[in-house]
Amino acid sequence: MNPVVSPEDDYLGEHHVYEPHRVGLPRFGPYFRELWRRRAFATELAHTKMDAANTETVLGQLWLVLNPMLLASVYYLLVSVISAGRHDGMDYLAHITAGLFAFYFVSTSMTTGAQAVLSSGRLIMNTPFPKMLLTLSTTYTALRRFLPTMVVYLAIHLAADRPLGMVLLLLLPIFLLMALFALGLANVLATLQVYFRDTSSFLPYFVRIWLYVSPVLLTADQIRDKFRGLHVLNPLYSLLGAWTDVLDEGKVPSLDLWLQAVGWSLGVFVLGSLLFMSRERDFAVRL
Amino acid sequence: MISLSASDSPAPAPADAPALPTTISVQDLAITYRTNLQKAPTLKSTLVRLGRRERIVREVQALKGISFDVPEGTVMGIVGANGAGKSTLMRSVAGILAPTSGRVEVHGKVSTLLSLGVGFNGALSGRQNVVLGGLAAGLSRKDIAQKYDEITAFAELEDYMDMPMRTYSSGMFGRLAFAVAVHMDPDILLIDEALSAGDAHFKEKARAKMDELAAKARTMLIVSHGLGTIRDMCNEALWLHKGELMMRGAPQEVIDSYTRFLKVGETSATMEDF
Repeated sequence: MNPVVSPEDDYLGEHHVYEPHRVGLPRFGPYFRELWRRRAFATELAHTKMDAANTETVLGQLWLVLNPMLLASVYYLLVSVISAGRHDGMDYLAHITAGLFAFYFVSTSMTTGAQAVLSSGRLIMNTPFPKMLLTLSTTYTALRRFLPTMVVYLAIHLAADRPLGMVLLLLLPIFLLMALFALGLANVLATLQVYFRDTSSFLPYFVRIWLYVSPVLLTADQIRDKFRGLHVLNPLYSLLGAWTDVLDEGKVPSLDLWLQAVGWSLGVFVLGSLLFMSRERDFAVRL
Repeated sequence: MISLSASDSPAPAPADAPALPTTISVQDLAITYRTNLQKAPTLKSTLVRLGRRERIVREVQALKGISFDVPEGTVMGIVGANGAGKSTLMRSVAGILAPTSGRVEVHGKVSTLLSLGVGFNGALSGRQNVVLGGLAAGLSRKDIAQKYDEITAFAELEDYMDMPMRTYSSGMFGRLAFAVAVHMDPDILLIDEALSAGDAHFKEKARAKMDELAAKARTMLIVSHGLGTIRDMCNEALWLHKGELMMRGAPQEVIDSYTRFLKVGETSATMEDF
């Protein structure tokens, strides 16, 4: 009937067998094939929601750039007032914006990801599909909101006369690690939210604290001195530390930092995704 | 293999095929929901409950081990009182709810038109909902673009597709849901209480489309409280009661037993789709 369907397709194909499996992992092959085949759904859902979010404001999509600029000004003022002028100037503004924008990518992915499953309840009750499309979509939304902030950052980076050069290419693998980490977290939170509806109410406070203990307002060195060893427990120490090392000083992050970043990123991504996949067939009866 | 209702069945299975292949095979299917009695489980209430060592998880046996086969081309009506497990059965055939025990085997591409609409989101426009629903169901953008005009024309909603669906009347909502489901080229169409969508004019059109699909030997499961619909459209019927299969047979026989059981006659209230 349908040319796009492959015979071994678990969701749409010619033959399906449904057996008890409320908890446990689906077969990876068909699952990821289907996930990839339906990726257009994830991006379409993200675009649709982003369009809807800004249609009723006067400034519309301009908010995607205005938001990070206002945010950066708020934190810049906050820190320069509290530190009584010890932290100010273009250099500090550049440091804050670099960290803050990357942090907001992760935290947007977390907060929207937490709602990913619940907000699509009707779809889940009516169409069988790999549910990880929903968290992929929210993390993709976070990415789409992050990209305009990088344009703002670039202007600040140039104005602050910060290092340019090949070393900036390292931002790509670092960002990839951040994205895997963010997706893994979104998977964990979306699953938790199905079972504990309080999760998303706690999140804003958790995110705020996480911002303060990560190398965003302070530099990675300051964080390391302050937390004396405990900083390695914070995944964003290595991920944002590596990010700001490249942007602030144009230096290649240390091997130690790379190893921590890769460990946290892959660990959270793999475990979070396995948690999500093992529970996703239970979602339909929990909504 | 099956008893077809003799006279006015609009969708007889092809007569030249002696043993039709089985499209849907339900084997000893049981589904138990473990529902929390609270509507939304929160951390606080869970902690409080753990502290008191009480459990308020209640098991609801929606289906208690039912078995049946549906041969290709059958239009199977499913009747039963509220809470009989009809919608649960439909969702498990669609692969949305996993069996607690037993097995469901389905040969073919399933399209669902379940009671909540096709997962439409009221905040989004009709167009966005059709595209998203199609993509989630695994269609490509090209497939959807091809079908889009047909769907909107069938639903007669061309002028409304860019308005948010919360502004739709319930009839418009149902019309779009129906149009999407029947245009997915399903081998198996699952319809749960959706025939009441729209006005008399649309009902006629929906019936004609269903007859057309049935004539192409597509398999259908129809859940309806409108017994007239079951009698007219189906060539077989199942009667479920409290998760058990009470009877299977020709639609008229099943309807007779069912109405006798309910102690109501074939009044307009039981025959019409509302």
